[in-house]
Amino acid sequence: MASILAVDDSASMRKMVSFTLRAAGYDVEEAVDGVDALEKAQARRFDCVVTDVNMPNKDGITLIRDLRALPDYKFIPMLMLTTESGIEKKQEGKAAGATGWMVKPFNPDQLLKTLLKVLG
Amino acid sequence: MSIDMSQFHQVFFEECFEGLEAMESGLLTLDMGAIDSEIINTIFRGAHSIKGGSGTFGFTVVADYTHIMETLLDEMRDGRRQVTQPAVDVLLGSVDCLREMLTAIQNEQLVNDVSVAKHKTALEIVLNGGSIAEEPASPVERESANVAAVVNIAPDIIEEKSVELAGQGWKIAFCPYLDLLKTGNDPVRLFRELNELGELTTLANIQDVPGFYELDPEECNISWDLNVAGDISEDDIREIFNWVEGDCEIEIQPFAKAVKPLLPVVKKADPEPAPVIISNNPDPKPVEVKPKGVEETKKSDTQDTDNEAAKTTVKASSIRVDTDKIDTLINMVGEVVITQSMLGLVGENFTMDKVGQLKRGLAQLERHTRDLQQSVMNIRMLPISFVFSRFPRLVHDISGKLDKKIALKLVGENTEVDKAVVELINDPLVHLIRNSLDHGIEMPADRVAAGKPETGTIELKAYHRGGHIVIEIIDDGRGLDKDKLLAKAIEKGLIEESNLLTEKQIFELIFMPGFSTAEQLTDISGRGVGMDVVRRNIQSLGGNIEIISELGKGTTIAIHLPLTLAILDGQSVAVGDETYIVPLVSIIESINITEKMLNKVAGKGETFRLRNEYLPVIRMRGIFNVHSGNLTKSKEGVLVVVEGQGELCCLLVDELLGQQQVVIKSLEANYRRVEGVSGATILGDGSVALILDVPGLVRFSIR
Repeated sequence: MASILAVDDSASMRKMVSFTLRAAGYDVEEAVDGVDALEKAQARRFDCVVTDVNMPNKDGITLIRDLRALPDYKFIPMLMLTTESGIEKKQEGKAAGATGWMVKPFNPDQLLKTLLKVLG
Repeated sequence: MSIDMSQFHQVFFEECFEGLEAMESGLLTLDMGAIDSEIINTIFRGAHSIKGGSGTFGFTVVADYTHIMETLLDEMRDGRRQVTQPAVDVLLGSVDCLREMLTAIQNEQLVNDVSVAKHKTALEIVLNGGSIAEEPASPVERESANVAAVVNIAPDIIEEKSVELAGQGWKIAFCPYLDLLKTGNDPVRLFRELNELGELTTLANIQDVPGFYELDPEECNISWDLNVAGDISEDDIREIFNWVEGDCEIEIQPFAKAVKPLLPVVKKADPEPAPVIISNNPDPKPVEVKPKGVEETKKSDTQDTDNEAAKTTVKASSIRVDTDKIDTLINMVGEVVITQSMLGLVGENFTMDKVGQLKRGLAQLERHTRDLQQSVMNIRMLPISFVFSRFPRLVHDISGKLDKKIALKLVGENTEVDKAVVELINDPLVHLIRNSLDHGIEMPADRVAAGKPETGTIELKAYHRGGHIVIEIIDDGRGLDKDKLLAKAIEKGLIEESNLLTEKQIFELIFMPGFSTAEQLTDISGRGVGMDVVRRNIQSLGGNIEIISELGKGTTIAIHLPLTLAILDGQSVAVGDETYIVPLVSIIESINITEKMLNKVAGKGETFRLRNEYLPVIRMRGIFNVHSGNLTKSKEGVLVVVEGQGELCCLLVDELLGQQQVVIKSLEANYRRVEGVSGATILGDGSVALILDVPGLVRFSIR
């Protein structure tokens, strides 16, 4: 089953995301911010990255940019979870290399459906 | 798949409260002169996380509210808005409001709409009142203006598209840019999704694919003509291409009718408006659709949880424990298990020659049990910062109200103390700090006149001493005026004019019921019900409170509290056949005496002369009505000199037994309150021993 790196500084969101994904059979690893995520992503190769945007230490957009620069993550789907439905943040994320986004609030079903989209 | 979201609620609430605390302390440290963008960022993140979580978990009221805060903070973060003190105050108010809302939701109570509406209005006023208020609105307006423009160009076509032609299917010209793959998007994924909407036929145009030697496999050189047949709305198709917009050129047309007239219109409208249609169409969509989803989840969630969560999640009070502490605990348990199995082995075929082994085993068991107990108690220990962290806000708010300049200094916030003490000490401390703020620290002008710095300082300090935690509230204010206190006490009839009081006794007058020194009562403190209640509360925690003050220099109030309320080090004493426990911390010394060493003083009962000081003597037999045991023994006995509230007194007991740690059982919960007794414990032989309430007994002896 596909492996997913779930990045969020909020424990409840992180738990919700990882619980949902695990329940659906994905292999999930959690990271608490961009720095943590980058470390974990370098330690092993994930099939997909789901990240929050606003985080301390390293935000989600920078994380995506950093990951895209790694050969292993050139084509890996990366989704950002954002409360900002504004076009600006999305563009910024896209420019950094995000595959797509999910606008919070979302429920577990939406999350799974979106992941199914990118992971098939 | 349905997932019970309520299981994340507890974590969410804890996280929110933590976030609110971080926001609060951030807001309090904001210095109007030099705004630290990192602090603003932290505050913003707090609001942002709460908004995201509350939306996801279905607490729409909270999400709506935080959305406004977030907008405001976002503007501050981007430097579009000045950070002003009034704005900060409103944000602080919002933090309170959110805390109330979340607490109400957590306890499944109704949110106080009135107070929420009030704070919301205040926020909106700040949000709209700023000079830059139009900024956030304008892009939206601009976008909608664009939409209008596009609609004007080809109004009939757009109508046609959605109304008449939707039933037939769509023709899509999809030409990805070379870099499309580098965003992790895969055309195949898009096709798969389109195929789910309706029957898809694809035609790949490979004329742009370079020769093999020039081919860069990371680039997407193919473009496609796609036909999707079926009753599909344009929005559904747009949504599929939502993520790749900007990474490709795309034309979507209904395929049955009017292919020709449509093309030129779209092409004429130069490349710009097209992306605008795309960006605008899919955009409102998630906004419209998703809230519905949220409402659904919310409904099903609350229904699911109402029954169960009411019993479990909400009431559960949790405590965060350092993993190190748990590891230690598990180690200890391991040790106990080993000792137990060793003792079991000894007991299996017991012969007298194994007595030594048995004793060693028991000694080990005792040691391990004590360690285990200590580790368990440690789990309940929380840093005092749990209490202290609320005070910067309190000081900020009150000093603002009083027009005083006051800096709060916290020292020893990591000092650990039992959770129960943490919970109970808050109110007394709030009261004492309010007092210091209100009565202690002078107005800035008065301070300058007295040659002190304009800004007053209150220091809140915690440290361990012996088995106690000491909390000191030190202010550099005007100090207590002895003469004024005396005059007041006499005026109120609390003492006689002829009474000669020591300095300490004079200060303690403020703990007497009905005593208030402020010339004028304010709403901050001083309704005259304060200090006596404070002292009583602290005493009921097994602690005491003392005052040191120097006129004009300041006041220090020191509170001594036991580290834990569950266990105490006690000295067992025998009175007749009964055993009593005297808390070890209150014992100064013990003296063997004979009856004739006691002096009877008229009007004062019995006293004992200890190094030139006459101390009142309490006969335990008398006070507790003990008649058993060998009466002649009382001719000789042991005097236990104890201290309570700074006063000494002697307890006459028959003999001293051992020292041990005792587990305190509440007498009030199991029987009723008994004067002179603070609780009970169960001794090794199963009998009950009462634990003496030393301050209570001392009070009794003074009366």
